[in-house]
Amino acid sequence: MSLSIEEVRKIAQLARIKLSPAEEKRHAETISTVLEFVAQLNEVDTDGVEPTAQVTGLEDVSRADVSRDCAHKKELLAQMPQVENNLLKVPAVFKDEVI
Amino acid sequence: MKLNELTIKEARAGLDAKKFTAVELVQACLDKISKRDKKINAFITVADDSALVQARAADKLIAAGKQLPLTGIPFAVKDAICTAGVRSTASAKILDNYTPPYNATVIQKILDQGAVMIGKTNCDAFGHGASNENSMYGPVANPHDLKKVAGGSSGGSAAAVADNMCLFAIAEDTGGSIRQPASFCGIVGLRPSYGRNSRFGIMPMASSFDTVGPMTKTVDDMAVVMQVIAGQDNLDATTVPDSVPDYSEDLKKDIKGLRIGVPREYFENKSIDPEVKQAIEKQIKNLEARGAKIIDVSLPLTKYAISVYYILVPSEDSSNLGRMDGVRYGVRAGGKDLFDLYANSREQGFPEEVKRRILIGTYALSAGYYDAYYKKAQQVRTLIRRDFDRVFSEVDVLITPTSPFAAFNIGEKSSDPIQMYLADVFVSPACSAGIPGISVNAGMTKSGLPIGAQIMGPRLSECLVMRVADKIKL
Repeated sequence: MSLSIEEVRKIAQLARIKLSPAEEKRHAETISTVLEFVAQLNEVDTDGVEPTAQVTGLEDVSRADVSRDCAHKKELLAQMPQVENNLLKVPAVFKDEVI
Repeated sequence: MKLNELTIKEARAGLDAKKFTAVELVQACLDKISKRDKKINAFITVADDSALVQARAADKLIAAGKQLPLTGIPFAVKDAICTAGVRSTASAKILDNYTPPYNATVIQKILDQGAVMIGKTNCDAFGHGASNENSMYGPVANPHDLKKVAGGSSGGSAAAVADNMCLFAIAEDTGGSIRQPASFCGIVGLRPSYGRNSRFGIMPMASSFDTVGPMTKTVDDMAVVMQVIAGQDNLDATTVPDSVPDYSEDLKKDIKGLRIGVPREYFENKSIDPEVKQAIEKQIKNLEARGAKIIDVSLPLTKYAISVYYILVPSEDSSNLGRMDGVRYGVRAGGKDLFDLYANSREQGFPEEVKRRILIGTYALSAGYYDAYYKKAQQVRTLIRRDFDRVFSEVDVLITPTSPFAAFNIGEKSSDPIQMYLADVFVSPACSAGIPGISVNAGMTKSGLPIGAQIMGPRLSECLVMRVADKIKL
């Protein structure tokens, strides 16, 4: 199974990662190698085998719905890359639209 | 002996007998860091100021006779674990300026004892690697030979403990990240059963694999730290309600009649170094001489564990790392619109291997490939678990080498992802099964590099694996 540079570009767009042309080429090569390696799983007969999503067997874990002490506004705001009037500032989401 | 060279148990005795103070003990570790870490690069952040404040508070507790097992003991924390008020980067530039507002549960439990957090240790970014070369803060050198890697992903933690820059460290093991560097640096590292220790406050990599465990100088110390951190946490719904046994008490028991399995697939692996094989075989004879029954067993699915891991873990990774987007915290790169902001922040903030894992995971989970990759790997994961279940009806624990070889050269495998992934071939199977594994030093190569033995046991058998590991002596 080999991955083309176009496919790498498409995945990178889905994953929101910018890649240089050199990186696109390197990832196409190395990921193709990884996909070839993991294809060995096709040797294993898994007909009717339940998939494992977790190993503890725990189900429906709940805790009391009570408030607890946690981070305060000032500490959280201090971690934000851009703040204005105590609000997180981000670029506009919609383009060319009148709201 | 210098204070920083003590074990936790020795330091506890010395502190309680007022032979030295916690401030002196912490200062000895800080001095070692400032003298040696330019060469090792184990620490990303050294918390000198807060460490000395905590040490003075510990001395007051000891003076008042209110000390607990870890009061005044200096420890380091892998940088992918959140520490309140101390920068936590996970070795990725996207979090270069990130200072968590809270502590991970396991760190809070240790600090509540009056222990002293001396700094944050280097690792492969977000835990992605087996050599600590995928850190954006530079590789970590092995204290036994500075040309060699310290292992990964918790290479900084392992090197810091091995080089006596701290008395123990807390790290994280998703696919071998505690055991493999412990083996390369000649210390003790425990991956607990999945669900035994809280993962709250650990930067998530692969949520169905991630575990948190200690790295220590001795198995005795391992029991002490595990006693403090193990147990259910209502902030991590995957922690199990089972009671925590007395680990130190259990260590006193012998191993007479214990059935120790030797899985032949590990010893027949073509990449195993004969020196490693001989060292472990010698230890098996020693265990037999102490009364254990040695039983040859087979785990036929061993060779598929790496493939299962490198489908499921990147898939979970690609989802978990979606939160690293430069929007709410961390380093935000500029961009003309929101898409650019995400894509530029992630381009500049992640090293190549993190990008590769996200790309593999995004691909494996995308429409049309899900059944062929993700579901198939989950099914083989079930078969690997059954393999272990079957073998643990025949034996109590398993012994294997931790790694097929001792520490390799810096740069030797870094351009070949498959070779790097295969460095985890013996530590990966336990991760799929969620069982505990401990690595302990079992010998040295002729060139002076440590060789690790791994003991694995059924789920929640931490007592047993520690008890057997404790009997392995050089």
